[in-house]
Amino acid sequence: MIKVTDLHKSFGDLEVLKGLNAEVKEKEVVCVIGPSGSGKSTFLRCLNLLEEITSGEVIIDGERLTDPKININKLRSQVGMVFQHFNLFPHKTVLENVTLGPLKVKDMKAEEANKLAKELLQKVGLSDKADVYPKSLSGGQKQRVAIARALAMSPKVMLFDEPTSALDPELVGDVLEAMKDLAKEGMTMVVVTHEMGFAKEMGDRVIFMDEGKIMEEGDPQVIFDNPQHPRTQSFLSKVL
Amino acid sequence: MLGFIDILNSPHWANTLPFIWRGLQLTLYITFVGVAIGFVIGSFVGLARLSKNKVVYGIATVYIELIRGTPILVQALVLYFAIADTFGINFTATTAGIIAIAINAGAYIAEIVRGGVESIDKGQMEAGRSIGLSSAQTMRYIIWPQAFKRMIPPLGNQFIISLKDTSIFAIISLGEVTFLMRQYVSTTATTFEPYVMLCLAYLVITIPAMIILRTIERRLDV
Repeated sequence: MIKVTDLHKSFGDLEVLKGLNAEVKEKEVVCVIGPSGSGKSTFLRCLNLLEEITSGEVIIDGERLTDPKININKLRSQVGMVFQHFNLFPHKTVLENVTLGPLKVKDMKAEEANKLAKELLQKVGLSDKADVYPKSLSGGQKQRVAIARALAMSPKVMLFDEPTSALDPELVGDVLEAMKDLAKEGMTMVVVTHEMGFAKEMGDRVIFMDEGKIMEEGDPQVIFDNPQHPRTQSFLSKVL
Repeated sequence: MLGFIDILNSPHWANTLPFIWRGLQLTLYITFVGVAIGFVIGSFVGLARLSKNKVVYGIATVYIELIRGTPILVQALVLYFAIADTFGINFTATTAGIIAIAINAGAYIAEIVRGGVESIDKGQMEAGRSIGLSSAQTMRYIIWPQAFKRMIPPLGNQFIISLKDTSIFAIISLGEVTFLMRQYVSTTATTFEPYVMLCLAYLVITIPAMIILRTIERRLDV
């Protein structure tokens, strides 16, 4: 589904990604862990071209992202993204947040879009919040709306950029539940996270990044219980 | 020298009223139309200032600096006399006034627009793009509605500034309220009553405008 070959990303003189190679198979849940500044968010943002790729190649579902002729809007509509700070549209109701993409990008009829949005809101447990504005929601509720908003485009892949990092601890659970449901349904997911429990339980594979490189990757059980790379060992000893 | 009572009883208070009324109508007309056109100009130029295209950005910047760096009185002179004479374009004074206000307010509004758009969190653009909206669609549906709300108070201020700026068009014989009062002064040889009335005429518009603006600001919670 996703194939990354020798991906480099620089901001000016600062090289943030130093040649990443990775692959994500269909229906796979890959968790990306690592210390702050390791480049894991940048890596994720390259996957839907929120960051321009400096060099290397990313192929998603047969589409080469670095191809200058790529329809970037179409690609993004197939790659859902959930942000650390939710980024809901504050001037739109919860329902409108979810229906905007289907209405404007997919030219869906209003009736159909509303129906879809209500189904998705029910799925994330927020059907009673359809008509309120985001500011009256808790962080956990906001993030679940953001998940519903991304799902409304029926993406082939979902990217999560530290989806629970901005949440109060007691609100993390609901968001993780929604993500677990999604994983169980067979959604292909790339999750940048500090939730080691989630990575362990739901990850098919874990990628450990540090200093712009993938240091180690593999089965979560193996990575967490028996990390090989000294950087992974030191990182995990601090967070677990 | 007239005594205080004489001034209070002066017939000029009432005599100026028809001129005030007529002049104020033109003042308001020029301001409304000029600022409305200025808003359209300012929106485009403001967005151009956010453009990554260096030429677009450059043209917008030159326009803004040119207008903000010269007095509106000089701009009106250039427009009404220099350009009109040299290129043989005959504006009526009213048209020249509207254009001058539009071009002048446009430059200031461009900066209001740029500031408004820039004040919206970067994550909003990213979220819009991430669901597949184009950059123009994200601007239209996501950024602009939020930014516009924040632009309302400074736009209101600009309206009041432009309204007062119209007074300088007396110099191009545009028959707005200041011009009419100057005429009144020169024909009647009284200065006190007409000029006090002129002050009041502006205040009658600007004070309620400021009150309305403050109410909107509070309601908008910006």
